Amino acid sequence: MPTSLSLWASRVLALLGKEIKTELRTRYAFNSLLMFSVVTLTAVSFSVGQFALSVQVKAALYWLILFFASMAGLAQVFIKEEEAKTSYLLKLAGPASIIYLGKFLYNWVLLLVLQVIIIPLFVIFLDLELSNLALFLTVSVLGSLALSAATTIIGAIVSKANVKGALFAVLSFPLLIPVLVAGIEGTQLATGGARFSEGWGQLRLLVSFSVVMLTVSLILFEFVWSE
Amino acid sequence: MLGLKLEGISKSFGSRRVFSDINLELKAGQCCGVIGPNGSGKSTLLKIAAGLLSPSTGKITFLAGEGEVSRETARFSIFWIAPDLEFYGELTALENLSFFARIRGIKKDNSEIVQQIQRVGLGKRENDQVGSYSTGMRQRLKFALALVCQPQILLLDEPGSNLDREGVDLVEQFIQKSRPNLAICLATNNPLETKYADFFITLGQ
Repeated sequence: MPTSLSLWASRVLALLGKEIKTELRTRYAFNSLLMFSVVTLTAVSFSVGQFALSVQVKAALYWLILFFASMAGLAQVFIKEEEAKTSYLLKLAGPASIIYLGKFLYNWVLLLVLQVIIIPLFVIFLDLELSNLALFLTVSVLGSLALSAATTIIGAIVSKANVKGALFAVLSFPLLIPVLVAGIEGTQLATGGARFSEGWGQLRLLVSFSVVMLTVSLILFEFVWSE
Repeated sequence: MLGLKLEGISKSFGSRRVFSDINLELKAGQCCGVIGPNGSGKSTLLKIAAGLLSPSTGKITFLAGEGEVSRETARFSIFWIAPDLEFYGELTALENLSFFARIRGIKKDNSEIVQQIQRVGLGKRENDQVGSYSTGMRQRLKFALALVCQPQILLLDEPGSNLDREGVDLVEQFIQKSRPNLAICLATNNPLETKYADFFITLGQ
């Protein structure tokens, strides 16, 4: 089986590579993500001015920016395929599992790149103290994994609808509440100087959510993608 | 070599019935023409055969010799050329064909893919972004992709659309040359194309 597994992996990576290449040439999704994040962060930092924000508020703001940036950009992976009519060739070319995983990996990479940019901005503009850097980074990476897993399948569902923007937010919000709560709590612990072990509960929740969401999505996507 | 069998296929969109009770048995080496007025469901029937749409009723079977194979097995032996099919405009022709070959699990190096692009008359344009191509050039590129993918069942929806005289000749050569190994289903009302068909399904009667 290793040969078929490596062929399967190379097909997923081919889709990931195609997504990154087209994104680098068009900046279709990344500009939306980045603009939303930077504008929100800058507006908040100017309006707060000299007032010090609590750790809780900073953590909530960090995850709200990631959540709404995901709303603005991550659904595009399927919407642009439907709008450009490229979805037909993609459907004829690859099995649903490969398409979902390639798109999911791309969304995850996009969120990770966004985090690499906005974390230093948070530190500079809002004086975010990364007291436990390892816990903060782990929560961020696992949180973005969970966000990507959910928004990818929701994006696929929404791409078939007429009112895409509104439907994406309506479907995403209730589904992503556990991710937001765990992400905010984990970030509060990390920026408040807690030990790594104190964040196990939040990390477990993020990993469990991602595993469940990826498994369900792989089963559901076949039906969503084929109609 | 694969064949295609449609039994009692019908399709409705909401309360509007597009067609009903379509039956077809198509073997390798045969070409079936699908004809009918605009809106009679020619493209819809081909999309159903390609697995891009589900029929409202009926059964689709893929024939392999005396036996049958599942849609999953046959799926990547089917290729569909239609006006609705689009490439990624931001990628070059070579990148597009290379990507679709890779994701289909076909191992071809770039020189082989360039050869197919040259065969459809797009030589020296393989490194241009498809967004800069005319509709006729994109149509030719679809045939280049078909050459790369080497399907066993080929579904052609108005294959000569947007093509110049030279392009129409290319389509003719393509059909004549690949015909012995392919089961071809051809949706068109163009008399220059209907001549390839061995038998017809007439929709919208």
